[in-house]
Amino acid sequence: MTRSEALSAEHLAACRARLDCRLPQVDGVFADCLREAIAVLTPAGVDAYLDCARFLGRIGRGAEPLLAFLEEWPAVAGSVGEGTLPVVVATLQRLHRSPNGKAIAPFLQSLAAVSRRLAAGGQLQRYLDLTLRLMEQTSGSIHGIHKTFASPCLPDFLVHAPTLLASLSIAGLTNWVDYGVRNYAAHPERQRDYFRLQSADSRAVFQRERHGTLLVDHERLLDLYLRGLWGEQALLVPYAVASEAANPASPMPPAQPYDDAGGIRLPDVLDDACGVSGIDRYRAALAHIAGHRRWSTPLVADNLSPMQRLAVETFEDSRIDTLIVRRYPGMRRIFRALHPRPVAGACDPQRFSCLRHRLAVLSRALLDGEDGDADGDLREFVARFRQALADGEASSQAMAGLALAYVARTRRQSDQLPEVYFSDTLVDYRDDNRHLWRFHELSDDEEMFAEHRPASASAEIDCLPPRHYPEWDHHSQSYRPDWVSLYESLHPSGDAALIDRLLDRHATLARRLKRLLDILKPQERVRLRFQEDGSELDVDVAVRSLIDCRCGVTPDPRINMSHRSNGRNLAVLLLLDLSASLADKFGSGDGEQTVLELSQEAVSLLAWSIDQLGDPFAIAGFHSDTRHDVRYLHLKGSSEPWGDAVKRRLAAMQAGYSTRIGAALRHAAHYLAASRAEKKLLLVLTDGRPSDVDVSDGRLLIEDARKAVGELDRQGIFSYCISLDAKADEYVGHIFGHHYSVIDRIERLPQRLPELFMALTR
Amino acid sequence: MTDSEQYQVRQEPFYRQQGNEVALYAAAYAARLPVMVKGPTGCGKSRFIEYMAWKLDRPLITVACNEDMTASDLVGRYLLEAGGTRWLDGPLTTAARIGAICYLDEIVEARQDTTVVIHPLTDHRRTLPLDKKGELLRAHADFQLVISYNPGYQSLMKDLKESTKQRFTAFDFDYPEAELEATILASESGIDHALATQLVAVAAAARRLKGHGLDEGVSTRLLVYAATLIRNGVAAGDACRMALVRPITDDRDIRDTLEHAIDAIFACG
Ligand SMILES: Nc1ncnc2c1ncn2[C@@H]1O[C@H](COP(=O)(O)OP(=O)(O)OP(=O)(O)O)[C@@H](O)[C@H]1O
Ligand SMILES: [Mg+2]
Repeated sequence: MTRSEALSAEHLAACRARLDCRLPQVDGVFADCLREAIAVLTPAGVDAYLDCARFLGRIGRGAEPLLAFLEEWPAVAGSVGEGTLPVVVATLQRLHRSPNGKAIAPFLQSLAAVSRRLAAGGQLQRYLDLTLRLMEQTSGSIHGIHKTFASPCLPDFLVHAPTLLASLSIAGLTNWVDYGVRNYAAHPERQRDYFRLQSADSRAVFQRERHGTLLVDHERLLDLYLRGLWGEQALLVPYAVASEAANPASPMPPAQPYDDAGGIRLPDVLDDACGVSGIDRYRAALAHIAGHRRWSTPLVADNLSPMQRLAVETFEDSRIDTLIVRRYPGMRRIFRALHPRPVAGACDPQRFSCLRHRLAVLSRALLDGEDGDADGDLREFVARFRQALADGEASSQAMAGLALAYVARTRRQSDQLPEVYFSDTLVDYRDDNRHLWRFHELSDDEEMFAEHRPASASAEIDCLPPRHYPEWDHHSQSYRPDWVSLYESLHPSGDAALIDRLLDRHATLARRLKRLLDILKPQERVRLRFQEDGSELDVDVAVRSLIDCRCGVTPDPRINMSHRSNGRNLAVLLLLDLSASLADKFGSGDGEQTVLELSQEAVSLLAWSIDQLGDPFAIAGFHSDTRHDVRYLHLKGSSEPWGDAVKRRLAAMQAGYSTRIGAALRHAAHYLAASRAEKKLLLVLTDGRPSDVDVSDGRLLIEDARKAVGELDRQGIFSYCISLDAKADEYVGHIFGHHYSVIDRIERLPQRLPELFMALTR
Repeated sequence: MTDSEQYQVRQEPFYRQQGNEVALYAAAYAARLPVMVKGPTGCGKSRFIEYMAWKLDRPLITVACNEDMTASDLVGRYLLEAGGTRWLDGPLTTAARIGAICYLDEIVEARQDTTVVIHPLTDHRRTLPLDKKGELLRAHADFQLVISYNPGYQSLMKDLKESTKQRFTAFDFDYPEAELEATILASESGIDHALATQLVAVAAAARRLKGHGLDEGVSTRLLVYAATLIRNGVAAGDACRMALVRPITDDRDIRDTLEHAIDAIFACG
């Protein structure tokens, strides 16, 4: 039989007969499978294929193993070569002879996907060995009865193997398996959780073994980069990406980095690409964002079409990259390696909207600084861009002007086509430019107000011996050791109804917050994309698969997504300045209120909000009366639920004394540092500058506070100050760096405080 | 007797003013006020004093302080000789006798009981009691005491006593502004200004990491070293690694970051 030969009826029948099996399900698919096998296998390979199929049809496990083999093998052979069949058969026989026959179907069903990941020499063998070893180590060891019970985890493992291998090397997979065997060989239930990637340690080991450069492992390095080369500082927050190499068939645009009040978001892992190391790819992304922070100014978006905005972003991104390269010429090589090289003319304007592609070509030309055989428009705009940057930094506004002119000049009817040409247009080290746009839009309210959970008693802390903290003396540039005595105690209680009344007054606001919280909430769950089976359809991927299908390309079947609940792993402590200035009044007549009252409202709303999100959250207040008496009052313990006990304490809040903030910061840090959360946030709400009655030098306590914030920073605690002092700009930046907001319209505090918190932790 | 000639600064030291410190120092000297110069290591403190000594045409006696130093090392001691004993003035005594500027470098390194011997010289008395010798030395009219002090790294235990600090007028030194520092590098080593600017950019990156794993940034002194190496034919990247990175840190992340900065600035990646 030769490969080109059409499949004759007799030949088909002869082959079918060789299977020697009467399973009716086989008849429907056999002809197609055989045709494919003949196309990719040698004649000897087809013989072996039929022999193995015959074996599978006769092992008494129903049609599934046989069908899986018939369908998958040609693809497997395509990846790892048909010569691997004997070892696969040997594995099948071992499975068959053990109590693990049930695992044969999942083994075969995942084999094609697994082989794609293990195409390089010898790797498949290692996978087969690993599978058998896992079988050996988890079968029948329960109660010492030898090999009587099937391995509880083997089928799960085989089902998940492709997912695992999408992110792990075979060596990493081996480590992951070994960990599971070592720890759960004797616990069938926990073993299954582990091998289904359900248990926390399973995911942790998985993360550890992932290939590529993990953000979590390099946070400090990148933080140093940002500080050292850009004088910038930010919380680096990873977002999950499907491993890049995992989806060659899926041209889904991956999420892009972005920068907002909550920090800089970067992919959780980056592989080396285009000759650039993962770490340099992170640096490129950070350089670009730092460049925006330094050189970009926001533009009003409302009057621009999405296409115009895209063009503005392209010019602006190119300007930023140009300025970065001016400052750090070495970045040029990295940017050029990472920037796609779209080919002029690759996009067919008959079928696609080509603007995106056109802009990518332009962006490439701007980066290369050469326009080769470019068309007239391109050459002209490259020249105008260079002109604009010839003697200076130009501006975002100038780029907008250039971009709009460009769009007007190159506009084509087909830009309106629904299908956008995407290939080679995504510059993945660039962020999504959300910081560049200001929208003037309105928000609306929604019904629903949350009910409170019942209160439960907390461990009450009573007056403890004082703790001593140092204070920074900026004159001598040194610490005064054990300078401040701090007493901590539980805040006295008042009437919880007061807080409920205050909250009721803000019912509308609470409804609005609730809406924001709901947006925030799903993000405490991590989206697992690219799942064949999932809890819901991932529309983006599904559409793409459909397009692929229409274009005759094999569609990616992983069009579902599911969610994994993944606590936000954030610990928050709110530190309240309870000094005398809190008693100040503002407003007039009926509307007169004290700052204290407003703070109570704001803190209650914040506490209520955070409780909705479930983050561990503590509240403490402080005031001081000389360095010998700093009071630190617990209003809410970090795991204490939001309820009457807490409300009673909030209700009794009183203003008095002064603001020696450094010691309070250090003490709060002492609590936060003990938390095991990944991110630690210290929110400080204050209405005035640090001061105390025994200090006449206005700068002293400011400098001390600044020092304390630095100490916290080194302990991995992110401090953020919300100041109600209109004059705060004079000093608060000095203390908290960029991490502060001044609320100048104090009546908006109840709204701003929870909003700020959400923005910070979004 | 002591030859004040040997302490004379003969050649004009190269010194670029960062602000108006030259005039201010001259004023302090005119009133014979003691001076303290503070600042991180290698930022030009010693060079400044040397320059001022030259400019004011005074001999300069420099003492590098250390923790084993005793009061006698400053004041003087009896030496045994074949025929008996002989008194030998210490550097501080010598300076007070001949009217030199006495520069006690890194004064915090010395123990506190050592540093108090300077007290009587720094107030209106301007005297130095040589107890062992039974002499009360009146300082020469041109004598001036200068101390240097790096606030960055000393520990709490080594801080200067308040009563010592309060006897001095003080100058705050820091690394020169980028442009000025580049000029200094170019003049000190003979490299061109553009290259000097690049070196200063590397230093800027390192200095921003102070407090985040670096106790001190890269000093001007190290920059001069790097520039000199380059001047002598060493490749820029190698010179930076040798003079700017390795001396200051063993922290891997910081090294990585600085290596990257070097590559990014010199485009040699
Ligand atoms: N303003 C300046 N003008 C000329 N050269 C300077 C200046 N500042 C620094 N330098 C250069 O820096 C080098 C180091 O300066 P110097 O030895 O004075 O440092 P220092 O502050 O005394 O350091 P340390 O505290 O370690 O003794 C000098 O040798 C000189 O090359
Ligand atoms: Mg010196």
